[in-house]
Amino acid sequence: MTRVLRAVLWLVFGLFFLFPLYAMADFATRDLVHGGRTLRAWQNLVADDALFRAILVSLGLAVLTVAAMLAVLVPTMIWVRLRAGWARNLVEFLCLLPLTIPALVIVVGLRNVYLWVTYLLGESPLTLTFVYTVLVLPFAYRAIDAALGAIDLRTLAEAARSLGAGWITTIFRVIVPNIWSGILSAAFISIAVVLGEYTIASLSGYQTLPVQIVLIGKSDGPTSVAASLATLLFGFVLLMILALVTRRRRRTVAATTVPTTPTGVRT
Amino acid sequence: MSNPVAVDLENLTRVYGTVKALDGFSLHIEPGELVALLGPSGCGKTTAMRILAGLDEATSGTVRVDGRDLGAVPANKRDMGMVFQAYSLFPHLNVLDNVAFGLKMRGVGRAERQARADEMLELVGLAAHRHKYVDELSGGQQQRVALARALAIRPRVLLLDEPLSALDAKVRAQLRDEIRRVQLEIGITTLFVTHDQEEALAVADRVGVMNAGRLEQLAAPAELYARPATPFVAEFVGLSNRLPALVNGAGARVLGCAVPTLPGSVPSGAGLALVRPEAVVVKADEQGAATVTSVMFLGPNSRVYARLADGTQVQAQLASAEARAFRPGDPVSIAIEPVPVLVVPGPAPART
Amino acid sequence: MAGRSVGRRLADGAPLLPFFALVVIFLLIPTGTVVVNALFADGGFSPARLGALFSSTALTALWRSVLLSGATALIGAVFGAVLAWLIAARPPESMVRRGVLALCSVLAQFGGVALAFAFLATVGLNGVLTLWVQQLTGFNLAGSGWLYALPGLILVYSYFQIPLMVIVFLPALEGLRRQWREAAVSLGASGRQYWREVAVPLLGPAFLGSVLLLFANAFAAYATAAALVSQGSPIVPLLIRTALTSEVVLGQSGFAYALALEMIVVVAVVMVAYNALVRRTARWLR
Repeated sequence: MTRVLRAVLWLVFGLFFLFPLYAMADFATRDLVHGGRTLRAWQNLVADDALFRAILVSLGLAVLTVAAMLAVLVPTMIWVRLRAGWARNLVEFLCLLPLTIPALVIVVGLRNVYLWVTYLLGESPLTLTFVYTVLVLPFAYRAIDAALGAIDLRTLAEAARSLGAGWITTIFRVIVPNIWSGILSAAFISIAVVLGEYTIASLSGYQTLPVQIVLIGKSDGPTSVAASLATLLFGFVLLMILALVTRRRRRTVAATTVPTTPTGVRT
Repeated sequence: MSNPVAVDLENLTRVYGTVKALDGFSLHIEPGELVALLGPSGCGKTTAMRILAGLDEATSGTVRVDGRDLGAVPANKRDMGMVFQAYSLFPHLNVLDNVAFGLKMRGVGRAERQARADEMLELVGLAAHRHKYVDELSGGQQQRVALARALAIRPRVLLLDEPLSALDAKVRAQLRDEIRRVQLEIGITTLFVTHDQEEALAVADRVGVMNAGRLEQLAAPAELYARPATPFVAEFVGLSNRLPALVNGAGARVLGCAVPTLPGSVPSGAGLALVRPEAVVVKADEQGAATVTSVMFLGPNSRVYARLADGTQVQAQLASAEARAFRPGDPVSIAIEPVPVLVVPGPAPART
Repeated sequence: MAGRSVGRRLADGAPLLPFFALVVIFLLIPTGTVVVNALFADGGFSPARLGALFSSTALTALWRSVLLSGATALIGAVFGAVLAWLIAARPPESMVRRGVLALCSVLAQFGGVALAFAFLATVGLNGVLTLWVQQLTGFNLAGSGWLYALPGLILVYSYFQIPLMVIVFLPALEGLRRQWREAAVSLGASGRQYWREVAVPLLGPAFLGSVLLLFANAFAAYATAAALVSQGSPIVPLLIRTALTSEVVLGQSGFAYALALEMIVVVAVVMVAYNALVRRTARWLR
């Protein structure tokens, strides 16, 4: 009895969640002029100048954000565990704070700060990196914290130092290789967050991929839908790769999950 | 307990895919008796218990309690109290409500529930903790509460699934004695599963040694120790030396000494005798063929390791006062006391 | 002595500076700016900006936001719990399970704009489903433009609320130890008694906490609504958009600050409630 019920429920959920994705694929390959199928919308991802540029901007932002996040967060978290234990709760609180403060609120108050940033660094959309690094903190923190908690950090570090390694060597050649799954997890999730971020980019006037998708949406439905589907598929592939690579994790949910707080949707 | 009952597991087989967890396993527990099931991980002891409890179903075979076949009886109607290895107390209930849980399931009124739960807590010595929650208790206290909870429903059979394995060594010994005390006081038929042979020998009326889904030997602890029926039992319970032996009609010759053999030994010819360390006699001897390699102090007893002329390692157990006389390198002669041994077939072992 | 330990602390804290600087400049200062500008204008405490929150536009938007968030929180919680139950029943290393969880992650956290277009492609004016239904029955599914108003938002928000519930609630479900069920059963509990006396009390706080989480999530969500609704401001986030981008009425930016403050307050209240609810009971299901 439960078996049948389960099968039925799976079917219903499957339809509800997969049908829109199928609809997207259908919509995006529709030839509005001649009827039938066309890949024109998909070709536009490369062919359409503005869209292609937006894709590059978003990818560039993703890479920069991951780099910045790793550069700031990994040493900080290691240092907190090894030397500055008193700061542990503070760092955790600050890292999880972006989940409680809606992106919309941040962008409303961001004007003044970004006046300075654009003054110092110019008008490029890549300056969004700073804010994006803050936005991905909760996800990255969770992933790296889990990885750090799974190894005996203190012992590893002390062993390395007692054998003569300096701090840089210790961090890069001893600790980092051991928390690789956490770093990878943080990186992939950050990429997904950045690629989907719309709120701050649009209200600050930068042309990232999601912003462009919405702009085109009014005039060229199929291309927007194609780009949206591509974003979703890309995120999905990233997370699947992550799940396969971190196979040894006991709780598969932990690696891809948001810490249990709100505004998990990066909207 | 008014009327303790007998438990019969008849020819149980449990197959998972290609794995045979139980293979024709049979066990009879006398009313009021505590039987320990002892064996390495994967030997089927927990499977047997779970089948008895109704939490698992045998592929074939019968379970009887007090003569009655329990095959069709669901787990929640079998009237057995079970203590799990860990984590089985309900975290959202305090100690008293945990203990009273089974009574609540049976529809017992609140006042009576609490009175009986209190009674059980007195029995395990935790009456003062009745309002605490699980995370405020130590491991040992949690298991005592689990025991009280299992007994509160006045079950006919008590099942203990490795109840001490998750505890610290010192707590383990204390709790082990407590469980035995309570079991004897109530007189309930009990099945105790463990992989720790010291625990099994200390606590049980009879011990059943299991291996690969089968029962190798079922006997009182002393008998099991002194007269193991199979090589597996001899090796699993207590320590053994494996010494070359020659079996003839009258017994065996081991290291030049005549030693009687146990039934189940090789009938004649060469073999390996399984000799307990306390049956090995070490004497200082200038002309001795053996040399002491090390002496290990264990408290009241010590272990003396020696190497024979042919390279075989022997370990002997002596009172520490005697062992004090030996130093590594001392020449000694080794003799074997005429205590019955099991002789198993075999070429020279990989290690002693 | 005290000086030395303070000095030591500062030295130990120095490597943490980049992190703190980042968070202060790009998170705390903007938040502070919002709070300050909502309460103060032209150098003094100005209740006028807060007063604007009680205008009919603002109150209607607030009410609709609450309705949207509440409805999708409940829908998401109930269906998400069912889906989580389905997933928990699968073996831990199964590919299906990983795939489903990855999909949930994508939809719940990174979907935003894409989800809006997913539904436009399905039940929009030229949506696949719209066209099918039209061909079969002649009925125009998208006729009234409901997709671009509250009913549409409820549907699309559910599409990410349900997966979010799965992500948030699944750990709690899996934290329900097998030993509890077996202990309950061996003590005489029937299936129904187990659920009533053990599973529900243990899962209850986690479930309610998840409802609160989903509420805050929906309340703060922007991208999906912004992509779906190009004109008008039925809910608070869209009202903020209007306030920020509107060139028509001067002084609108003050309104944006006040609305943003309102948002902080609502989410903060919900989060405090969530923490109070979950703090003691989360330990049970670790």
